[in-house]
Parts: sequence; C-alpha cells; structure tokens
Amino acid sequence: MTSRLLSLLRSAIPACALVLASSLAQAQLAIEITGAGANRMPVAVASFEGENALPRAVTDVVRADLERSGLFKMIELGPSPMGASGPVDYARVRSRGADAVAVGTVSPNGAGRFQIEVRLHDAAKQLGLGSQAMVMSPNQYRATGHRIADFIYEKLTGEPGVFSTRIAYVLKSGPRYELQIADADGSNAQTALASKEPIISPAWSPDGSRLAYVSFEAKKPVVYVHNLATGQRNVAANFKGSNSAPAWSPDGRRLAVVLTKDGQSQLYSVNADGSGVQRLASSSGIDTEPAWSPDGMIYFTSDRGGSPQIYRVPAGGGDAQRVTFEGGYNVSPRPSPDGKSLVYVSRNGGRFQVTMLDLASRQTQILTDSSKDESPSFAPNGRMVLYATEIGGRGVLAAVSADGRVKQRLSVQSGDVREPAWGPQPRN
Amino acid sequence: MKFQHLTLSLIAAGLLAACSSAPNQNQGAAVEDRSSGAASSGVDGNRVTTVNANDGANGSAYPELRDPKNILSKRSVLFDYDSYVVKDQYRPLVEAHAKFLVAHPKVKMMIQGNTDERGSREYNLALGQKRADAVKKALGLLGVAESQLESVSLGEEKPSCTDASESCWSANRRGDMLYSGEF
Repeated sequence: MTSRLLSLLRSAIPACALVLASSLAQAQLAIEITGAGANRMPVAVASFEGENALPRAVTDVVRADLERSGLFKMIELGPSPMGASGPVDYARVRSRGADAVAVGTVSPNGAGRFQIEVRLHDAAKQLGLGSQAMVMSPNQYRATGHRIADFIYEKLTGEPGVFSTRIAYVLKSGPRYELQIADADGSNAQTALASKEPIISPAWSPDGSRLAYVSFEAKKPVVYVHNLATGQRNVAANFKGSNSAPAWSPDGRRLAVVLTKDGQSQLYSVNADGSGVQRLASSSGIDTEPAWSPDGMIYFTSDRGGSPQIYRVPAGGGDAQRVTFEGGYNVSPRPSPDGKSLVYVSRNGGRFQVTMLDLASRQTQILTDSSKDESPSFAPNGRMVLYATEIGGRGVLAAVSADGRVKQRLSVQSGDVREPAWGPQPRN
Repeated sequence: MKFQHLTLSLIAAGLLAACSSAPNQNQGAAVEDRSSGAASSGVDGNRVTTVNANDGANGSAYPELRDPKNILSKRSVLFDYDSYVVKDQYRPLVEAHAKFLVAHPKVKMMIQGNTDERGSREYNLALGQKRADAVKKALGLLGVAESQLESVSLGEEKPSCTDASESCWSANRRGDMLYSGEF
C-alpha cells in the first residue's frame, strides 16, 4: 500500500480549492488547503465505538489532520461506529470507495480516564495493517487524535506524520509583538513572549523544550534562549553591536549566531548559556542566517561574492563553498532533515519565492506562486515547508509540500503573522 | 523582566472566542502509548508560560538634545538605495553630535541602522548594521571615543513609514542616533 500511495503522489497534479472550514476563529490560526494532489488515497476513519463519552469526537481531529495533509481523500462512512474488536464490515467500506479504514473503541479505564484502541485495515486485501492502544483523559481528545493520525499516516505512507508537532511564529497586532506556539493544525495557540519591541528568528531546540530567538526589547538585537514550559530565559548572546540569527546544533548544546562585535556581521557559535564564544567562519562581507545540516555542515547567506548567495562550511571549520549560483539574491537557507535538499528564498524578477534545491542533482524548483516569501522551515519529516508570505498586505503563514503540490494557508483574523518555525517531533 | 502566568487566561480567552463548550485540552495526565512500549509522551510538556518583556528607557538628561531648535535634536541620517555611505548633506549633523560627545565623554550613543522591508529579515539586519557602522565611523573620525559608541541594527523591523512606496522605503533606509537614557 505504501508504494501504491507514493506512486499516486508522484503522478498527482495540483487540484485546487479544497477548503476545510474551521469553527475556530479570532486568535486561532485558521488553516485553508489551497492545493492538493489530485489522486489522493481514499481513506475512511469510522466513528469509534464509545467515543461519544468524550467531550468531542476524537475521530473529527483524525479526519481533519489527514485531510489537511493533502495526501488523503476522507471517505464518509456515516454515523454508526465501528469498534476495534469486531469483524470489519469490508463490504460497507469498499462500497464507499475507501482503500483503508481505521476503526476503534473508546472505553472507560477507571479514575476518569479512557482506554482507546485503534486498528487500521487494508480494505482491498482485507488485512490488518496495525493497531495502537493508548490511555487518555477525556480533555486530551485533540492530542490523542493527532497521535492516531500520525499512526495512520505512517502506516500508509511509510513516513512519520507531523500532526503532533508544534509551530512557533510571531504575531504582530498594532504595536504588540507576541511569540506564539501553536499545534501544527493552528489550534491551542499560547504566547511565550509578549513585547512592545520586535521579535524575530525563533529557532526550536532539537528536543522541542526551548526556543532561541532575537528580541529587540533592549533597543538592539539580543539572542535569548527561552524554556517554554517554565518561561525562564537566559541571554545567549549580547555582545557589543548586533546579535542575531540563532541556529541550534543537532545535539542542542550550541547555537550558531551572527555577531558584529568584531566588525561586520559574522558567524560564531556559543553554548546555549552564552559561554564559550568561538568564530565559525570569516569573510570580508556579510555572513548571516546559519543553519546546521544533519551531516555536520553549516549553510549560511553571504555577500562575499558581491550578491547574497548561499554557502556552506563544515561545522568543525574549513573552507566555505558556494552552493547557489542562479540569480542575484538567494537567502535564508534551511537544509532538509535528511540533508539531501535545501530550501531557501530566491528573488525572481522582483518576487521573493520559496525554492527547493536538490543538492545531488543541482536541480532547483520554485515551490510557490507568491511574491513576498520569507523564513522557510521544514516539517520534521521533510514533507512540508512552512514559510511566511503576504496576502492583501497582511502577513500570513503558508505551507507547501516539498514537491510543490500540496498547499495550505494559515492566517489569523487580525494582525500579521510572520517568522514561522516548525518544531521537532515530540519526544516519546 | 517580569514573569506572568497568563497561560490559563489566554487559553480561556481563545476558547471563548472559539467554542464555549470546548474543554481545556492542556490539563490532565499524559497520553500513554502502550502499543509501542514507550514511556509516556510529552503532550503535557506543551504548556507554555507567558513572559512580558519591558524596556527601561526614560529619556536623556540633556535638554539641548530635545530642543527642536537645536541641531542635536535631529538624529536621523538617510541613505540611498543599496548604499552604506553617509552623504555630504549630513556632515553638519554628524559634526554637531561628535562635538557634543567629545564634550561629554561619559555620555554614550547607540546608533541604530535601518533598512527598507524588501527581502530577508536577517540579511536586512546585516545591511542595517552597515549603515550604523558608517555613522559610527564618521563620528570616530571626528574624535569620538570608541567606548562611547555602539552601532546596532534594527533591520527592517522598525520602519518609520509603512507604505510599499519608494518615498517610504527611502525614509526607512536610515541611521538613528540615541543617547544614554534613550535606549
């Protein structure tokens, strides 16, 4: 089934205007799907036996997640539930056109908690594809739904899902800046930092517990490291001049930063507590926007050759190598989680667009049709890229699949959203 | 820096706006994944505590710096597109500030460089730094001690004008001079 879905995805062409109406409004990020593969895999998630004991149906969350991925076409099976233990009514599933079906049972487990068991079946071959069992408290229906969607996604595509991840972004409303954290579906937005001065460049620690970012609350750019659960934060870089562009090392111990303490903007690394500053690279121009790749390279933007282009240097030191050659403005590099490709922003005839570079073949592909794209970041499975853009003069977030086919837009009803960063997989 | 625990009220406000019957998904015990045999997951690690950042600026102690009739009240140097050179027209302004700083060696100045909004925020931050450095260098050549000066960049983050027009962009390609007490 995995190979079948992948081949469907490869042959897919963009299809438009599939809108998921969200009942959430105002402060919540609302997600709209603006492009999806034409040959989405038909999947059904039956109503789970006993889930009406929960405050809201966990399967609603599962279906919305899978639909939003752009890879699946959700097939309605009607309101009658299908439990995890009984035989699957394959005839009913096949008659509706679903290739796979998830069934489940929610049962009280004492102390106000519930046991939830989910089984996934290949409806064509009439085979079980796997099962998942969890214990939850009733108000965790949303987190539980994301984990079930991750389970189904991984079974059907062979890749981990990202429905349980979080995103960070900056919301600007009038003179107020808020660094917010939300679930990947835009729900459950919480404010980590509120300030009258700008906040830019949030970067997730590899374990998802901390954010590094640049805050201008001291009337100059200073790099902070902020523990999200406790709100405790420390200055990671506040040298004379500007301090910016933090990027975590893969082990979460060090940050690459850009400092001007010795002159122009140059790359350094520091420990997360601000100690142990070291130079990473030297040039006669601007070096900025470092990003660590899994294979130990640091990609960055430099205008040492006259125009801003992307270069890379071994994190342990060595010669810098130019990576982009087409066009006069290539910035904001982010290597994919597998290190095989690079996403960045290129200027094309006055339009700034998210662009993908396959590092082995050197092939480039512009992924968007917008014109003010900024700050791309990969989902931890490498499948989607989240970025900021502008629509009707307002800052919004958007996501595009690595092949450019699936497109989503995330916006709030008022205010500008910018500087997104997709968080890592939660640690289990 | 103040720590305020606004989490619950923010969630409550969000829920009021969204759906009055929706419960708080953030409370309660963790979801345990028993099928994989793994330890309990971190869904409850998703609580975020809100911090409010405050600044401490309360104005300069020297009235001449605020007197609109005094050249010292003028603080901005504008730059041409893609240029990081202080233009000749700003020479009297830079000289006046240099003279004040030399006469008041305990006073410090922060020079903030700015850019227009086009392009990457971090790259613009680096370009704004070049403008601040140009003003700093001009003041240094006029005898101001290095220890009195700090050049920093605000990049495209603090535009004085927000239309997407050339006149607006040119107003934002600027270096601003702030004195002790103003930053």
